[in-house]
Amino acid sequence: MGIIALIFSLIFVLIPIVLSKTLNLGLEKDTMIAVIRSIIQLFIVGYILKFVFDAESIIYIFLMVAVMIIAATLNARKKGAAIKGITWKIAVTLIFIEVLTQSILLGFNITPHTAQYIIPISGMMVGNGMVLAILFLNRFIAETEAHQDKAELILSLGGTPKQAVHIQLMTSIKASMIPTIESQKTIGLVQLPGMMSGQIIAGASPVQAVQFQLLVLFLLLTTASITSVMLGFLSYPTLFNKRMQLARSK
Amino acid sequence: MKPAIQFNSVNYSIDGHPILRNISGAFYDGEITTLVGPSGAGKTTLLKLCNGLLSPKDGDITIGNLNINDYDPVELRRTVGMALQSAPMIDGSVHKNLALPLELQGKRLPDIQARDLLNDVGLSEDFLQRTSKELSGGQRQKVSIARTLVNRPQILLLDEITSSLDQVSQKEIEELIVKINRKYGVTIVWITHNLKQALNVGAYTWVMMAGEIVETGESELLESPSNERVRQFVKGELGWGSLH
Repeated sequence: MGIIALIFSLIFVLIPIVLSKTLNLGLEKDTMIAVIRSIIQLFIVGYILKFVFDAESIIYIFLMVAVMIIAATLNARKKGAAIKGITWKIAVTLIFIEVLTQSILLGFNITPHTAQYIIPISGMMVGNGMVLAILFLNRFIAETEAHQDKAELILSLGGTPKQAVHIQLMTSIKASMIPTIESQKTIGLVQLPGMMSGQIIAGASPVQAVQFQLLVLFLLLTTASITSVMLGFLSYPTLFNKRMQLARSK
Repeated sequence: MKPAIQFNSVNYSIDGHPILRNISGAFYDGEITTLVGPSGAGKTTLLKLCNGLLSPKDGDITIGNLNINDYDPVELRRTVGMALQSAPMIDGSVHKNLALPLELQGKRLPDIQARDLLNDVGLSEDFLQRTSKELSGGQRQKVSIARTLVNRPQILLLDEITSSLDQVSQKEIEELIVKINRKYGVTIVWITHNLKQALNVGAYTWVMMAGEIVETGESELLESPSNERVRQFVKGELGWGSLH
């Protein structure tokens, strides 16, 4: 796609701006900011990726993945500010996901050992992990606040901290994983996944695109489960002190 | 008289804001002691200190001959049971709720013991399969008390368990608590907003205001308090509670 075609594609930006103006939605400024940021960020990433792919250096791959994990951690931690040490808990979770998935992919030669594969797949895993972390933290904090009386009941009956938040923890893990599982049930029927569509548009065989998309979907299942479970089990102890008391109990 | 719980200059604060100040005294073994006082007096905090849901910032609490901080928290909470004001129930049947304390230890509650517990609190065995949502406020409190008794606590803490009940249910719970006290010899500490209840049921009473013990003694003190603030309190002049 050339520059002229890209310029024409701005018609799709004008439509929401006109609609927002006509209906007084007040979204013109935000839409413009989003568009300008997308253009700048994606072009920067495009040129960085081109440089990294050409350089074929493991250091650049490592740096790219590190930047992704740091950005995802800083974004997700805002939702878990109530949990002590949430930053390193999210970072450890995302690093674990990255190491596990890439070890399997590269160890079994499922994907080639090149930046062209490692970086996009890492981006999808880390990005999905970030969203899952936000979903989990939102739900877990809400559950523990809403059911503090039940946690206190179990503690007062001689239960352990883990028993006191078991139901809230499991509910939150389940709730954060459901969107990933549900969206995969209708995939291909309702919409074609973005990566697969991109490959087909770029000229790849649809069957080959499907094979690669399946790999990504399976990876996303692992990411979803590991993010929620690991973050959950790292987070719940910080709700209690050494005397097995709710840290925020008054 | 032998103390079941002994307080020695206990203080508790949250973010530097004092909730309990210089609490000293004892709840006597095998007796019913009531805690009365206006909202915000620190009564619930005092109970939570007794079963380790909170820890004192300074001062000592002794149960038996052991400082409360030397107890394993789980062991302490099984020894000192607490029925919470809202009587929270876990989802499921009354049987499931009664079985909860043993389930937390990886044990099962035999049906016969479940029936005995319900019998102790004046509920028929038909209640075992009812869901907690089907219970009235009074029935819920009775199940909550029965559930606390599963651990066979030596001390039972009751946090305003009759505050939302009608008079008939209040009377039933009063009789039930006296029965439990006599049958099991369990020490009972009961926060109540009902001064007549404190007078009728409790052998001893602590009057608390703004985090301090203002007056303690046999419950009859409520009829002729020596402290002026307590006198105003029992007359209902502090906008809360009245004996008359």
